[in-house]
Amino acid sequence: MRPTTPLLLATALVAAATLTACGGDSGDDPDTVKVSFKQSTDNQVKVMDTFLADIKKQFEKANPGKKVKLVPIKAPDSEYYTKLQQMMRSSKTAPDLVYEDTFLINSDITSGYLKPLDPYLKKWKDWDQFIGTSKSAAKAADGKTYGVPDGTDTRGLWFSKSIFKKAGLPADWQPKSWDEILQAARTIKKKVPGVTPMNVYTGKPAGEAATMQGMEMLLYGTGEDPMYDPQSKKWVTGSQGFKDSLKFVETVYKEKLGPDVSDALDPNFATRVRGELLPEDKLGINLDGSWLPQDWGKGAGHEWPEWSKKLGLAHMPTQNGQAPGKVSMSGGWTWAIPSEASNPGLAFKFIEQMQTKANAQKWYVANSGIAVRKDVAADPAYLKAQPGLKFFTDLVPTTHYRPAYPAYPKVSTAVQEAMEKVTTGDGSVDEAASGYDSEIKAATNDKVIEK
Amino acid sequence: MAKTAPGPGAPRPARPPSRRKPTGRALSRALPVSPAVVLLLLFLAGPIGYCAYIAFTDLQLTGQAESSFVGFDNFRKAFGDEAFLNAVWLTLVFTVVSSLIGQNTIGLALASLMQRASKPIRTITGAIVITAWVLPEVVAAFLLYAFFRREGTLNAVLDFLHLPPQNWMYTLPILAVSFANVWRGTAFSMLVYSAALNEIPKEITEAAEVDGAGGWRRMWHITLPMIRRSIGTNLMLNTLQTLSVFGLIWVMTRGGPGNRSQTLPLFMYEQAFQKSMIGYGTAVALLLLVVGSLFSLVYMRLLRTEV
Repeated sequence: MRPTTPLLLATALVAAATLTACGGDSGDDPDTVKVSFKQSTDNQVKVMDTFLADIKKQFEKANPGKKVKLVPIKAPDSEYYTKLQQMMRSSKTAPDLVYEDTFLINSDITSGYLKPLDPYLKKWKDWDQFIGTSKSAAKAADGKTYGVPDGTDTRGLWFSKSIFKKAGLPADWQPKSWDEILQAARTIKKKVPGVTPMNVYTGKPAGEAATMQGMEMLLYGTGEDPMYDPQSKKWVTGSQGFKDSLKFVETVYKEKLGPDVSDALDPNFATRVRGELLPEDKLGINLDGSWLPQDWGKGAGHEWPEWSKKLGLAHMPTQNGQAPGKVSMSGGWTWAIPSEASNPGLAFKFIEQMQTKANAQKWYVANSGIAVRKDVAADPAYLKAQPGLKFFTDLVPTTHYRPAYPAYPKVSTAVQEAMEKVTTGDGSVDEAASGYDSEIKAATNDKVIEK
Repeated sequence: MAKTAPGPGAPRPARPPSRRKPTGRALSRALPVSPAVVLLLLFLAGPIGYCAYIAFTDLQLTGQAESSFVGFDNFRKAFGDEAFLNAVWLTLVFTVVSSLIGQNTIGLALASLMQRASKPIRTITGAIVITAWVLPEVVAAFLLYAFFRREGTLNAVLDFLHLPPQNWMYTLPILAVSFANVWRGTAFSMLVYSAALNEIPKEITEAAEVDGAGGWRRMWHITLPMIRRSIGTNLMLNTLQTLSVFGLIWVMTRGGPGNRSQTLPLFMYEQAFQKSMIGYGTAVALLLLVVGSLFSLVYMRLLRTEV
């Protein structure tokens, strides 16, 4: 044996050992709770980072010897979901606590990624303070609850007071039907050249914003359960309401009442609406969410302290003004514990810390979120904390939640595709609607019902 | 691994009589390579094999408790899926326009022009073209997005020249991203062809010139046949690179509007990660591999004939 052989052998063994170490355990510490959350892709927006750093400090002080490790994921929504799902697939990478969108939570529950929280919730006094509808946001078909909501959101019409003044429209504008919205937009188009009369998010690039802020805000004003039929547990196809909603979208873009189609289908358009078009008075009416002011606050990146004087708010009317007269959709995010988490008990303790009345209130205000705790919702200090909070909180009783069943993400994509067809003019309303019907038949294994 | 080669410790230059020695030697020679082999098996062959397996299941990223083996369902689904066929078509358009026609011809043209240019011109042109190539894909994509968008640089220039504005990113998105890819990838072809043209002996071109062959004839009858191999290699590399372009298109158009610029890699991403159908997405990835190998086969055949 040549003297080099043992050396080689040793090298090979060391290399092999190193390799196996790569796949080894990442070393879970029973005293550390790993918290994953969605970090804003806008470097100047640090709302969540600041809040969690504060809670971490409180938690470590209240629980000596315990540590919190924050694991931010910097990505746009859709990519954040994907990354999180991949992390939750294995106990080696699963965090102890994750921030889950209600849009996807049922889908993830079905996949077995999340732990039911009922045993913890039973022992948690504050749970009684949560509003009933919000409790059901993360309740699965098996009747168990998988997430604690950290606020919700509602949606309505934002409008520019200065553009309305130029167009001769009232400063306290409140449309009673879809037609009145379109009429206002037509008036702006005629009298105020150079501005975009109205924005309705549309198409695949806008993603869930198109489905929820656009289509569903229209669809839920056309009748009961327009998307999913809870009695038969089936998805609705072929409804007139769906076609009427598409017709509205088509009208906005065909009559050039909306943004230029190429802008509307630009993936970065939503950012421009908030950071550019609204602050610069270039957009008349914007169908959008309650959270917009979080970008305009102090230190948020696009400071615009005078927004509350420049913008008016109106609730979205039903199609022809039928009862209840207003429409809003609500989503929101929850804190959930992965089934592969190594320290679930500690993770729930962290939720409790985050959701005390004082902390929850701090978070709702910082995040322009709508309170889901009764005691906060009734607190005058909260309602006065930010202009618009009262308006959007008052929409909670009449708001709708998405039918966020496991098939929902695919249904949502089908909605966006149908909207995009009528926006670009590639297809008629009927073609787009029948395309949607066949898409959701495929996505839901034929669990559909004609309405 | 406790087996060691027995033998006298004294090293002798004579050939060993036994046949066990060489095996021992072969073993010890293979040893340094073994970590690399293990690594390759673990991190390259493993995932590829796993991918091939997933393509035959209905695995989803979310929304389903467990996955099962479904045989060729995913592939059947692909060929009945209009969006998939549209993606295949667009991939072909993108590859032919931006790689075969664009990068290749412009690269060759630049290389031949630079052969005759003065040194400073050559340096400046080379530097500009190569800069476009070394930019990270995402940076290049944002630049081109800013160039093509409606209020972008291109329209500002057109406006200055009193020409009508364009909106290709919306009207002809596949061409906009193809141009972007040409802009970004031409440098590679230019470098390959510069090297190839330098290999051509001067005497031959000079002789042809004396015989009265014009520029085009010299190109067609002398230059092209002589750099045939480089053309093949370049086409192959270019095509495979272009087939897998994702970031450039993603940043510029996200495959939109509609799905008018959704090439196969973007379609794959949409199915696997946005609609969570990992199984179907992986099957499409395998089909993309097939498209790539078909291109390669064609090139190989074209290159086989000897001059």
